[in-house]
Amino acid sequence: MKVKGKVFKYPDNVDTDVIIPARYLNTSDEKELAAHCMEDIDAEFVNKVKPGDIIVAGRNFGCGSSREHAPLVIKTCKTGCVIAKSFARIFYRNAINTGLPILECEKAAEEISAGDEVSVDFDSGTITDVTTGKTYKAAPFPPFIQDIINEGGLLASLKKHSS
Amino acid sequence: MTLTQKILSSHAGLDKVVAGQLIRAELDMVLGNDITTPVAVKEFEKAGFTRVFDKDKISIVLDHFVPNKDIKAAEQSKQCREFAFRHCVSHFFDVGKMGIEHALLPEQGIVTAGDCIIGADSHTCTYGALGAFSTGVGSTDMAAGLATGQAWFRVPSAIKFELTGKLPANCSGKDLILTIIGMIGVDGALYKSMEFTGKGVGNLSMDDRLCVCNMAIEAGAKNAVFPVDEVTLSYLDGRSERKPVIYYADDDAQYDKVIGIDLSKITPTVSCPHLPENTVRAGELRSVKIDQVVIGSCTNGRMEDMQAAYRILKGKKVAEGVRCIIIPATMKIYRECVEKGYITAFIDAGAVVSTPTCGPCLGGYMGILAAGERCIATTNRNFVGRMGHVKSEVYLASPMTAAASAVTGYITEPQE
Repeated sequence: MKVKGKVFKYPDNVDTDVIIPARYLNTSDEKELAAHCMEDIDAEFVNKVKPGDIIVAGRNFGCGSSREHAPLVIKTCKTGCVIAKSFARIFYRNAINTGLPILECEKAAEEISAGDEVSVDFDSGTITDVTTGKTYKAAPFPPFIQDIINEGGLLASLKKHSS
Repeated sequence: MTLTQKILSSHAGLDKVVAGQLIRAELDMVLGNDITTPVAVKEFEKAGFTRVFDKDKISIVLDHFVPNKDIKAAEQSKQCREFAFRHCVSHFFDVGKMGIEHALLPEQGIVTAGDCIIGADSHTCTYGALGAFSTGVGSTDMAAGLATGQAWFRVPSAIKFELTGKLPANCSGKDLILTIIGMIGVDGALYKSMEFTGKGVGNLSMDDRLCVCNMAIEAGAKNAVFPVDEVTLSYLDGRSERKPVIYYADDDAQYDKVIGIDLSKITPTVSCPHLPENTVRAGELRSVKIDQVVIGSCTNGRMEDMQAAYRILKGKKVAEGVRCIIIPATMKIYRECVEKGYITAFIDAGAVVSTPTCGPCLGGYMGILAAGERCIATTNRNFVGRMGHVKSEVYLASPMTAAASAVTGYITEPQE
């Protein structure tokens, strides 16, 4: 699988309260929630994001609450993937479980700039900054997690193995 | 193996596990609340599951937006209620019985030592105080837990905290955990366990330990855990529904790091906006004027927290221009506050007392801040917009510091 898009860049410790503020969590409707994606850190994100665009961030992306609404709204906005130096552990699980592609790559997260055109090849873990011509290699998922992703998320995978 | 690894290996049916290993573990409890359960129910049903693994090992607690703050919140509670009734979930807590989940489950003896627990709420790490492995997950993991009674984990490595001494009279478990987060940072324990040991453990009350473990997630940790001792056993006695199982860390357990902490050196600590790691001594913030005080939450809504607030507010007045909101975390605590005269003292001081709810902590309702407003709160997060407007500010502190600040109107260090 490959994605290509423009980069939205954010700092370290982007928390789930800015990804999807709790004041909107009185619903679990993805489309309604997605209208507020990244609202408290970048109110323009939802107006500017185009399918395939990529979020690049620093350390500990998705820290804070366990709300699965966070990866869900990023996915519902048709974001191609999130590249970060590291992910908070619950967000990491939730992204895998809900099928939001994420990649850990310290160097790419450091060097890629906002607005750059970036392409990602998930099979090889290669990140290419088309604007600068640089390429990066992301850490691959362990096979166990790769299987969950390939089988369409945690529940689909469980269902497949239980029947 | 570390204490966490011992609990995990036993629940995975393995003699030994090592850090980094992926395992599938049997769960003793699967928890959800009114925000995360509706998403889990949707996933559970979408995947075609029709039965839960064990109705007695599921807890559904309505606590974030109840009594319902609006129509949408009411719809979400209704979804939880219908699911709980349909599957005869034993531990379902609605208005009248509910409390903030992480105060309620230990109080009711629903979680115990040696358990392996997941909860669709990040502060599920609280129950490590009882000597359990307990961690926060998302709604899909909760749905998988509801269906199978299992969860996958990457076995964590650990940071060991060697505690010595005793906390000063003006400090509590909150000051300890804020100090630790300030020391190691908001991702200082990312993917890891925080294991507390040492002679100082015996000097920490169960409420202190629950508070310390509660905020382990604020250092990025997977879980935090205390060893079982006399304090644990006397807390669990007559309360625990299941028989506690006691695990010990091996003498030759490997740790990524060992950090020694002398509890007697802890000072009243405040986390400044907008990250829990931005800690300073409360006394350094004397010029910071506040508009609101919140004393409550899964971090600090327990009986000792109410007592700390009572001791400071009794016979005093909340400063002019300050709103002070006090929220006992469970109905049992609420009732005890009534019986002991705390509520009368709080009202006489000019504070308001609410029924148990997570409400203001996450900016839900019951104390939302306007632009430019500042709150000192005993809650757990001070992120941008956490309690209201993106231009509002939250300072995290202990119940003693929050109550002392309510009286002066400025951030104030409680006296020894």
